[in-house]
Amino acid sequence: MADRSTTTSVGHSIARLEGRDKVTGRTDYIYNLRLPSMLHAKACRSPISHGRIRAIDTGAALAMPGVRHVVTGEDVKAVLPEPYYGPAFHDQPILALDKVRHFGEPVAVVLADDPHIAESAAQIIEVDYQELPGVYDEIEALRGQVIVHEELKPAGTFADLKHLAGRRDTNLALDYHLRHGDTDRAFAQAEHVFDHIFSTQQTMHAAFEPIVALADMRDGRLTIYSSTQSPSFVRFEIARLLGWPESHVRVKTAHLGGGFGAKVYVKAEALAMALSLIARRPVRVALTMEEQFYTITKHANTVRIRSAVDKDGRITGRKCEVWWNGGAYADIGPRVAQKSGFSAAGPYDIENVDIDSFALYTNRPPAGALRGFGIPQLVWAYESHTDIIAGELGIDPLAFRKRNILRNGRPQAVGSIVEDAEFEAVLDDVARRMNWRGPFDKGSGTLLRGRGIAIGFKASISPPPPSPIVSVQADGSCIVHCSTVDMGQGSDTAMAQIAAEVLNIALDSIKIVHPDTDVTPYDMSTLGSRSTFHMGHAVRLAAQDARGKLDAMASAAGLPEGANTPLADLFVKTFGMRAGTIVGAANYMPEYAPPNYETGQTPKVTPFWMIGAAGAEVEVDTQTGQFRITRLVNVCDAGKAINPAVVETQISGAAVMQLGFTMTENMIIEDGQLTNPSLADYKIPGFFDLPDAMENGFIEAEQHNGPFGAKGVGESGTFGVSPAIANAIADAVGVRITRLPITAEAVFRALRAKAGNPLGDA
Amino acid sequence: MTGRRRTIQFTLNGQPVAAEIGVHQNLTELLQDRFGLFGARESCGQGLCGCCTVLVDGQAITGCLRLAVLVDGSDVRTIEGLSDGETLSPEQEAFIESGAFQCGYCTPGFILMTRKLLDENPDPSDDDIKHYLSGNLCRCGAYPEILNAVKLAGRKRAALT
Ligand code: FES
Ligand code: FES
Repeated sequence: MADRSTTTSVGHSIARLEGRDKVTGRTDYIYNLRLPSMLHAKACRSPISHGRIRAIDTGAALAMPGVRHVVTGEDVKAVLPEPYYGPAFHDQPILALDKVRHFGEPVAVVLADDPHIAESAAQIIEVDYQELPGVYDEIEALRGQVIVHEELKPAGTFADLKHLAGRRDTNLALDYHLRHGDTDRAFAQAEHVFDHIFSTQQTMHAAFEPIVALADMRDGRLTIYSSTQSPSFVRFEIARLLGWPESHVRVKTAHLGGGFGAKVYVKAEALAMALSLIARRPVRVALTMEEQFYTITKHANTVRIRSAVDKDGRITGRKCEVWWNGGAYADIGPRVAQKSGFSAAGPYDIENVDIDSFALYTNRPPAGALRGFGIPQLVWAYESHTDIIAGELGIDPLAFRKRNILRNGRPQAVGSIVEDAEFEAVLDDVARRMNWRGPFDKGSGTLLRGRGIAIGFKASISPPPPSPIVSVQADGSCIVHCSTVDMGQGSDTAMAQIAAEVLNIALDSIKIVHPDTDVTPYDMSTLGSRSTFHMGHAVRLAAQDARGKLDAMASAAGLPEGANTPLADLFVKTFGMRAGTIVGAANYMPEYAPPNYETGQTPKVTPFWMIGAAGAEVEVDTQTGQFRITRLVNVCDAGKAINPAVVETQISGAAVMQLGFTMTENMIIEDGQLTNPSLADYKIPGFFDLPDAMENGFIEAEQHNGPFGAKGVGESGTFGVSPAIANAIADAVGVRITRLPITAEAVFRALRAKAGNPLGDA
Repeated sequence: MTGRRRTIQFTLNGQPVAAEIGVHQNLTELLQDRFGLFGARESCGQGLCGCCTVLVDGQAITGCLRLAVLVDGSDVRTIEGLSDGETLSPEQEAFIESGAFQCGYCTPGFILMTRKLLDENPDPSDDDIKHYLSGNLCRCGAYPEILNAVKLAGRKRAALT
């Protein structure tokens, strides 16, 4: 089984290692974990979006038979004097203190042996609030009439946030500015100037395994079992809250039932820890689907984008202002404003670019990372805008993009030279698949057809480096210890393929150990499509390290080079028996330079670029605004795929998810209340929401510094979908939708407005 | 809320079993808490996603909405009963070969529905499949692969008979 027979693993569509468990229902999700003598926690949540807590009456809940504890923010504060957490700001209390800042914020928790008892008791906790006016819109938040946080408390981890410490009377959690060239001059000399505003709505992840954490605190040691994407960060943050060495906090995870960014950084873990500390028993905090709506979401945003264009149809200048609706707690929102903000001008070669990107606090549920980290919200704006320009100049949308597209060797607006970024090839492939230059049936009568394209890009998140361990056992089998979390993206399989390839051993003799901070070395987090590139690279180096040691063993044993002795025999020759372990280790630190605060410029913003483009064909009923997506093509630059089938599934799954964000998903707040925190009223895509025809693909390319030429692709499939659909609708019926979601009603209203017969307000 | 409890008897994956359960508890809790079967699992908790799909007397139902006491005397089948874990059913094989899942949380529900569909209609069209499976959701969006898996499962079953 473990012989070094020639194996080729990388580049093949190998079925996922965990497939058997998944189809037999045996996968070990943390949501299914029960600990002996554990208590169930259920939260009492705020029914208002902004208010002072005057009093909490826990008496009736505590009197309910079976209730063990009722815990409030003050109780947490009694055991943890500074009970605030967050990756960018220490702004989020474990349970609300003094104030609530969003609908659904946890205010108190009941602990009971029976979850039903905990739930009933949580409903009879009486909280007296003094309601305050709320702010829900990012532009209003900038005006600062309602202040969400009295004082800003940056966490200190990010250099560009430090200057915000102690700032008062502002909702601005980060302002990022990019200055490239002389934009004012470009606009003054422009032949044409375009100016548009676009916006997106608040949506959420709806991972099917809800967020869950179990904490078991005993004898100065804590174990947390969590469906987290960031075990190392959870350990860091929980140890900080406790004032403990990180070695005393153990964070274990398993397969995740989806993540999509919802499970990065701390989510339920701090609460579970505090409750276990108070109750001195293991505690399970398992959110419901409804509670996920109150926990973490995707930023709504508003973008104003202006372009200066010369007489030849070249974009000479762009100014972008982006306002991100971060909700009540910053989570990782300030990083979204900066790391994604710098790309707001799009994948175009523009000499003069100004970008101002603002992260804002509001009284909405917190926003953080969601598949694309802000990029889809930006592509929505710049690719709608770009299409309008092409239309007004009478240039074919594909030709206009190709005239302006970034090419390898040219600097992006952030000041970094673009490498291994196949923008044009991706666009061309979409066009080819759509037969763009061929005839297109535009429909007739009340059923009109149109088509559109769009392209987006993203930088990867770089340091700190992952450091996996690849150990070869005495029988020649192999164990990989790495802290990449497999949440469905297939990373276990990819890492095993890489180790198998380097060690030249059979894939089924490799085991991937799931993240456990006592056992698997540090990794920042599984996010931002970084794992294949970063961890994949590090696993490759660690496997090479092990291989080097095996080769040294072979030569010490006097075996001729290239003898290809079975590994088990090599161990026997070296140690006299089938015993021992050979450990390979490595760090992988790609090149990266942080941006300058004043100009936003950096010579190396990312180790690789992600690129995704989409093409859509639609059919619109002009009498109702109803439209059908008859075809959706999605193409990405995946570098060289480690596992082509898994890559294709990632692209397709990302596109399906983005269809939901484009057509139906929308968190609606009315009078300070979230009206639709349920899959009944917040509609995610099902079988009938798929386009009539759907095609996903990637172009053959090579990422020179990637493991086996690969790069990340988990988010790229989201980029182009929304604007491609809006552009297709504009092509079909000549109306432009500028806000997501694109509903039939929005199209109908636009059609009526165009006909000079607008509908009244709904 | 702990309220009344009742002892029920039913057939679980072919075996006669008995369990004591609270009258307010649902079928998913019964399977998880009394039998350690986690293939039917809760996600939406509202009968909307199909992650908790179980076959009761041959009917596909959502475990989150079915009171456990109501399965007294019934024949209950879960994903764990579809194969012995060693030899997979044709539906299970087809889902693996078609790569019809990512995170896998929804997969047992889809596979049980596929079994039901193919029992009723061995050669379904794309539209039949979409209709039949429209009560199951997959947040990872593996729908195109699931469609392929159902068709492959149909072919595998046809080859067996
Ligand atoms: S959990 Fe039962 S249908 Fe969603
Ligand atoms: S595979 Fe993740 S929900 Fe379907």
